[in-house]
Amino acid sequence: MSAETPRTLFDKIWAHHVVDTLPDGTALLYIDRHLVHEVTSPQAFEGLRVAGRPVHRPDATIAVVDHNIATDSSRRTGILDPESRLQVETLEHNVVEFGVPYIPLLDARQGIVHVIGPELGLSLPGTTIVCGDSHTSTHGALGALAFGIGTSEVEHVLATQTLLQKPAKNMRVTVDGKLPLGCTAKDIVLAIIGKIGTAGGTGHVIEFAGEAIRALDMAGRMTVCNMSIEAGARAGMVAPDQTTFDYVKGRPHAPQGEAFDRAVAWWSTLPSDPGAQFDKEVSLRAEDIVPMVTWGTSPEDVAPITALVPDPAQAADETRRAQLQRMIEYMGLTPGQKLTDLKVDVVFIGSCTNSRIEDMRAAAAIAKGRHVAEGVRAMVVPGSGLVKLQAEEEGLDRVFLDAGFEWREAGCSMCLGMNPDKLTPGQRSASTSNRNFEGRQGPGGRTHLLSPAMAAAAALAGHLADVRDWQPLGSA
Amino acid sequence: MKAFTTLTGVAAPLPAANIDTDKIIPARFLKTIARTGLGKHLFANMRFNEDGSEKPDFVLNQPAYRHSEILIAYENFGCGSSREHAPWALLDFGIRCVIAPDFADIFHNNSFKNGILPIRLPREICEKLMEDAKLGGNARLTVDLERSVVVRPNGEEIPFEIDPFRRHCLLNGLDDIGQTMQHKPAIESFEARQRAAQPWLYG
Repeated sequence: MSAETPRTLFDKIWAHHVVDTLPDGTALLYIDRHLVHEVTSPQAFEGLRVAGRPVHRPDATIAVVDHNIATDSSRRTGILDPESRLQVETLEHNVVEFGVPYIPLLDARQGIVHVIGPELGLSLPGTTIVCGDSHTSTHGALGALAFGIGTSEVEHVLATQTLLQKPAKNMRVTVDGKLPLGCTAKDIVLAIIGKIGTAGGTGHVIEFAGEAIRALDMAGRMTVCNMSIEAGARAGMVAPDQTTFDYVKGRPHAPQGEAFDRAVAWWSTLPSDPGAQFDKEVSLRAEDIVPMVTWGTSPEDVAPITALVPDPAQAADETRRAQLQRMIEYMGLTPGQKLTDLKVDVVFIGSCTNSRIEDMRAAAAIAKGRHVAEGVRAMVVPGSGLVKLQAEEEGLDRVFLDAGFEWREAGCSMCLGMNPDKLTPGQRSASTSNRNFEGRQGPGGRTHLLSPAMAAAAALAGHLADVRDWQPLGSA
Repeated sequence: MKAFTTLTGVAAPLPAANIDTDKIIPARFLKTIARTGLGKHLFANMRFNEDGSEKPDFVLNQPAYRHSEILIAYENFGCGSSREHAPWALLDFGIRCVIAPDFADIFHNNSFKNGILPIRLPREICEKLMEDAKLGGNARLTVDLERSVVVRPNGEEIPFEIDPFRRHCLLNGLDDIGQTMQHKPAIESFEARQRAAQPWLYG
């Protein structure tokens, strides 16, 4: 490709990181940042140990525990579950043996790996970032190429700081216009997944563009990129701009002073060139988006909160009819029922999708001066210890506690049913997480995905609710 | 990694799209530090009741399919979480090949790293293979990676496409890391250049 050919953001970052190309076109891609957690790393370190290989660049690696830990005060007295404890202890042994920097459970900086990477300035524009977790796509919000990998690849990166990769195709999703009242980044990404489906981005890296994306703050961009994996994409990205640079500036691991200015000069060359070719293009109007909620067991089964539960009798074909019936049965729904009539048992505000300070503020704004409905358990789980401290400085913990929400310690919590925070069979949740698969939040649990503001409204109403009917008190 | 050349075995029909990795192995079984032993949790929520008893309707609980080595499924197999526990669980159960119209990227990649062959074939062909699979032990499929064909019980050969590098690695059971180590000088000179240009990424 000549230097004059217009290139996409993805093309440029890719080209900057190709170490070598194999005869069949497979690239050996350099990885700048590797985030490691307790669940997908033990077998990788074991592989290194067996082969007698060191970690090639401990300084480009950071480890933290987030998936299987408790988010209540019990974490201070040790991990109760023996399997979880063994996994955490294994990580603690491995980081010592291999010299990998580690943020321990009781460190203020501990948190969900996809929250702390950007927060600490480890995730930077123009870098390649991987982690043994599919939601690594989150970091693409900074204008990085960030993607999830399996444990064999975790071992490969630990040993070589590279991955063998075939280039992805380019896809652009453009969201122009201005978001209406009550709509957020979460509603944008749910609307996109509803439009293109859970395999709509397979084989592609999605660049999110357009006025409505540019207008998002970094937390919002992270929410959108986080769920690009739910559209099947290898990664999601947003071109770096002044919002990005302002966010990165001054963070502990970001370049400082003169180096920062040099970095910005380079980062500014990264956005896709005018005329760059995308293999696939999709566009949405922000004005057409309404607050969204999933009703089924795949993120593509999403609808405006004003909608009704679909009727399988009206399905386009037999396969879809059977699928709808299965989902309606699992979710305990009745065709034609209003989504706003669905009573919730649990509300979960947290996860790598929506646990940043901006998400806490959005939920608190709705909760302030009101109270959680009777019979509803509402949990707020900040994404990191630093988010928790910031929220407490702003008094958000008091807002939540006064309104009857639980205010918890940082971790993945009820996103994935592998720590003590789980749904019990048949329980219905309104959740700001990213997956509504069968059993995702606990066996038999029923998950409805939505934004933090919508989740807060559901907690107050006791059922799925339209956040436009629950605007902050005193703002009417 | 165990090499994959030719496999003849029973194929289990799983006629559903979007079989996600939480279905293949729920998160509560990820609390392990080993790669082996996960076969007993494969498809746990679909295969077992809460009390641990088997759900008799689930395909892998039926006598003909208890030793399946191939799975036939529909679109977007392996979507969701990046957990390599999904291919580990399949492998530990004895599944070496999954045939579907398409796969989620990370699962697809993880399969190759573990000697599992994911084969993409058009929906119409998967529907035919699904019918073959429904015949249970009376209809064994052959997957021949050397010739890149699936052989149906009636002898019909269906060619499939596969990335040549991945085919080579599978046929020979090659470990990626050992191969990448041969590029160490190129990695080191990349690092020297990058360190000079972007020192903040080092240290």
